[in-house]
Amino acid sequence: MNKSNSVVGNAGPKVRSDCEIALELTTSGGIIIELVSRVRALYGESIKSQVSSLLSFYDIGNAHVLINDSGALPFVISARMEAAIKKVIDTDLEYLPELIPENCYATERERSRFARLYLPGNTPGLMLNAGLHSAEGIILDLEDSVAPEKKDEARILVRNALRQVNFFGAERMVRINQGKRGLEDLGFVIPHNVNLVLIPKCESADHVRNADNEIENLKKIHQLSNNVYLMPIIESALGVENSFEISRSCKNIVAIALGLEDYTADLGVPRTNEGMESFYARTRLVVAARAAGIQPIDSVFSDVGDIEGLRQNVKVSKALGFEGMGCIHPRQIQVIRQGFAPEPDEIDKSRKIVTAFESARQKGLGVVALGTKMIDPPVVARAQKTLDLAIRLGLLNADWLSDVSAGEENEI
Amino acid sequence: MTVKTVINAAGREVPLEINGNPVTPFKGVGKHRPEGRKYSPPIPACSDYPDDGNKVVDSLEEALRRCGLSDGMTISTHHHLRDGDLVSNRVFEIASEMGVKDLVWFPSASFPCNDPVISYLEDGTINRIEGSMNGPLGRYVSEGKMKGTAVLRSHGGRVQAIQDGDVKIDIAVLAAPSADPYGNARGTGGTSACGVLGYAKADYMYAEKVIIVTDNLVSLPCFPMEIEGNYVDYVVVVDKIGIPEKIVSGTTQITKSPDRLLIAELTAAFLEKSGILKDGITMQAGAGGTSLAIAVFVHQILKNKGWKARFGFGGSTKYMVKMLEEGQMGYILDAQVFDLESVRSVEINPNHVPYSVFNAYNYHSKGNLTSMMDIMILGATEIDLNYNGNVVTHSDGYLLHGIGGWQNCLHARNVIIPLPLFRDRIPVIVDEVTTLCGPGELIDVIITERGIAINPLRRDLLDSVKGSGLPLRTIEELKNEAEKICGKPQKPQFENDIVAAIKWVDGTVIDVVRKIKK
Repeated sequence: MNKSNSVVGNAGPKVRSDCEIALELTTSGGIIIELVSRVRALYGESIKSQVSSLLSFYDIGNAHVLINDSGALPFVISARMEAAIKKVIDTDLEYLPELIPENCYATERERSRFARLYLPGNTPGLMLNAGLHSAEGIILDLEDSVAPEKKDEARILVRNALRQVNFFGAERMVRINQGKRGLEDLGFVIPHNVNLVLIPKCESADHVRNADNEIENLKKIHQLSNNVYLMPIIESALGVENSFEISRSCKNIVAIALGLEDYTADLGVPRTNEGMESFYARTRLVVAARAAGIQPIDSVFSDVGDIEGLRQNVKVSKALGFEGMGCIHPRQIQVIRQGFAPEPDEIDKSRKIVTAFESARQKGLGVVALGTKMIDPPVVARAQKTLDLAIRLGLLNADWLSDVSAGEENEI
Repeated sequence: MTVKTVINAAGREVPLEINGNPVTPFKGVGKHRPEGRKYSPPIPACSDYPDDGNKVVDSLEEALRRCGLSDGMTISTHHHLRDGDLVSNRVFEIASEMGVKDLVWFPSASFPCNDPVISYLEDGTINRIEGSMNGPLGRYVSEGKMKGTAVLRSHGGRVQAIQDGDVKIDIAVLAAPSADPYGNARGTGGTSACGVLGYAKADYMYAEKVIIVTDNLVSLPCFPMEIEGNYVDYVVVVDKIGIPEKIVSGTTQITKSPDRLLIAELTAAFLEKSGILKDGITMQAGAGGTSLAIAVFVHQILKNKGWKARFGFGGSTKYMVKMLEEGQMGYILDAQVFDLESVRSVEINPNHVPYSVFNAYNYHSKGNLTSMMDIMILGATEIDLNYNGNVVTHSDGYLLHGIGGWQNCLHARNVIIPLPLFRDRIPVIVDEVTTLCGPGELIDVIITERGIAINPLRRDLLDSVKGSGLPLRTIEELKNEAEKICGKPQKPQFENDIVAAIKWVDGTVIDVVRKIKK
C-alpha cells in the first residue's frame, strides 16, 4: 500500500468513454494535472476541477496526475480517480456521486427474467446505453469479465454506475466474485440499490447462505429495507447434483441459472450447439428450480454472430422448461424475449381453455371439454399462467375475458 | 486588411468579401433571386483539334502545359475515386515542379488520400481549397495555416457556382475508369471502376480546358459515355488512376453497434407509424452504417406490406441494389456508387440509372430532384434547439467534414436525422450550432436512441404519431438529457480570422468558420 504512484483505468485506440489515470504522490509543488483528451476543448476545465475536488476530498495536497481521457463521463472519471488514490493511500472513505432518482426502484420476486444482459464491470463504454435495449435485467459483472489486476477499480466503477447510469427499469444485478472476494464485493454494491446478486460457481446451499447473511448484515448497517434477491449460477457437476438444496437454501432466491462453459469444462467435454452433453444438467436444474418454486434460467449463448443458432437454442430452452437466458450482446435480447414470450396460437389456445373453463363453471358443470378433449385443472392452470405472462408482456389486454364474452363461446 | 462584415438573415456575422471577391450574405431560404445569364466558356473550333479524334498526349504534365497551366488558375477534380484517388495529388506535384503558384483547388470533395496537398499549400503552389476538407486538411485550415480562405459548398452549390460563373474553372482534370482517344469517358470498365461519374458533368461542360486521365484507353466509342468527347481537350493515359479497393468498398456493411441499430429501428418505426412510408415513395439514405441499417429495415417493411418505392436516389449500395432486384424499388437514380455490388448493378440493370448531380441538386435550375423526394435520411455533427444543423465542424470548432449533398437534400418533404444523443461525451444536441450549415426550418425530425424530437413547425407530423407509442420528446428535453449525462460543455474559443466560408445552396454566405484559438 505504501507505494507513491499508481495507474488505473483504460486507454488505447479502441477505448471509448473511459480514461487512464496515472497518479504520483509528491512531497511538494502542489497539485499538477496534465490532461490529454479528445474532449479537452469542451470539458478540459470540468475534468481538471473534478480531479482537484477528489484530491482535496482525500486530503492530498501534493500530487502529479496524468489523465489520458477518451470521453469518460464524470462518474467514470471520479471512479478512476478514487481507485488511483486508494492504491496509494489507506482509506475507506468513499467519494459517492449522486444516486439519481431514476435508479431508486425495487423489483418483484415474480417478474419475468427472460433476458439479462452481462456488462463487463470495468468497461464503462458498454454501460451507458445498456438500459435502452429492453433487457429485463442488467448485470454489472465483477467476476470473469474483469482481469484479476483490475478487480479493485471495477468495484468502484460498478458502484458509481449503480448510482449514476439509468437502466430504465431493468432489474439491477451484480455478479460478484467467488469466495471471500465475492463477499467483500457486496460491501461495494449493496448500499447502492442492487435488486439482485448473482453468485457464480455455486456448489452448495451454504455458499448461498453466506452471501445472503452478508447482505442482511450490510442492510442492517446501512439501514436498507429493499429486497435483494439472489440468483446462484451452477457451473459444475457438484453444483448440478446439489441444485435442489441450493434452490431452497434461503428465502431471497428467486432463480437459479446454469453456466455451461464451466460445466462442460468440468465434465471434460466440448460444448456444442446441439447441447446433448448438457441435457441432464439442464433438465435437472429445471426440475430442482420448479420443486423449490423458483425460476430456472438457461446459460448464455456465446456466438453473438449466430442469431439463428440463438433462436433455435431459445426454442429448446423454452421447451425444456427454462424461463430465461443470459445475453452477452444487446442484439441477443429481442431474440430471447420473443423466444420465451408466448406464441400467438399459444395465447389463443389458452384463451379458449380459460373461457371454456369459466363458462362451464358458471353453468355449474363439473366436466369441461374443449372440442373432443377433456380439460383437467392443471391444463387450466397452465393456460392461466400463459395468459398472465401475455398480459404482463403487453401481448394481451388485461380485461380480455370481458372483451370476448359470448361471441367466442360458440367457437368452442 | 479588415473586411466589412454584416449579420445575415440567419443571425450570423459574415463578410461581404471573400478572397477579394464580393459575396452575398444569406437572405433566407428561397429569398435570393439570381440575375443575369449563365456563365459560358469560350467557343471552341474543330479545326483546333485533330481530325482523327486522337487527343492522347504523352503525360499529364504535357497536357497541363498545353492547357497553359499558370499562376492563380482554378483546377477542378472530382471525387469518384474517393480514398483511392491517385490523380488529384499528382496535378499539384507537377504544378509544384513547374514552379506554378497560387492555384485554387476546386474538388467536388477531398479524402484522407489528399492529405499530401498540405505540402503544396505550404510551398505556395496552392493558395486555397474551395471544397470539402476532412481530417488533417480541415485541421490545417482551422489552425489558420492556409493562405486563402476556404469556401465550402454543397454538391449542388458547387455546380451552381460553376454554372453561375461564381467559380471559373481553368482546367478540369477528370479521372475516368474508361475513355477513348477522343475523350468520351465512363465510370465503369478497367481496373479502377467507380460506377458512375455524376459529379464531373458541370466541370467538363463549363471548364476552359478539360483533361481526361484514364488507365483504360478503349477504342472509340467508349460507350455509354457519361463524359462527351466534344468537350475534351486532351486525353492522358497513366498506369493507374486509383487504388481499386479504396475506390469502392468490396462491400458496404450495416452498423454492428447495438446503439446505432436501435436508432435505425426507431427510425424505421417512425417512418412506418407516421405514415410517411407508403407505396410509391421516393427516398434517399446515405452509405453510413446507420443509414444502411435503416435501408434494411425499410426494405423489410416494404416487403411485408407489398409496397414498392418508386425510386431511390444514390449513392448506391448493395442494400439498395437488393431492393431494386427483389422488386421493392422501381429505379435507382445514381450519382455515385459505393460498393462492388452497385458497380455490377449499374453495368447490367437498365433501371439503375446514372444521374448527374447537376440534374439532381442545382438550386439555380428549373426544379430540383430533392424537393420531389419523400424521405431523406441525413446525418449531422450538431443540431441545435432551433433544429439548425452543422455538418462541417465538430463541437470543438475544428473543420472536419465537407457539406456533401446535405444542404441540397434538406429540401426533401421529410428530412430525418438519426443520430446518437452524444458521442464520447460530446452532446450532439446543443444550444446553438458551432457552424450553421442548414436552417432549422428545413429539418423535420431528430431521432436519437433516447427519443424522437419533431420540429414544431411540422404540426402534421406531430399529429400523425400521436398515440403511436413512439418515444416522443421535445428537442429541449433531449438536450437536457445529454447535458445531464455529459455535463454542460464549454464553448470552443476562436480568433477573429475567418478561415472558411460556408455557402448556402444559392451561393449566399450562411456562415463562416473562424480560426481556432490555441
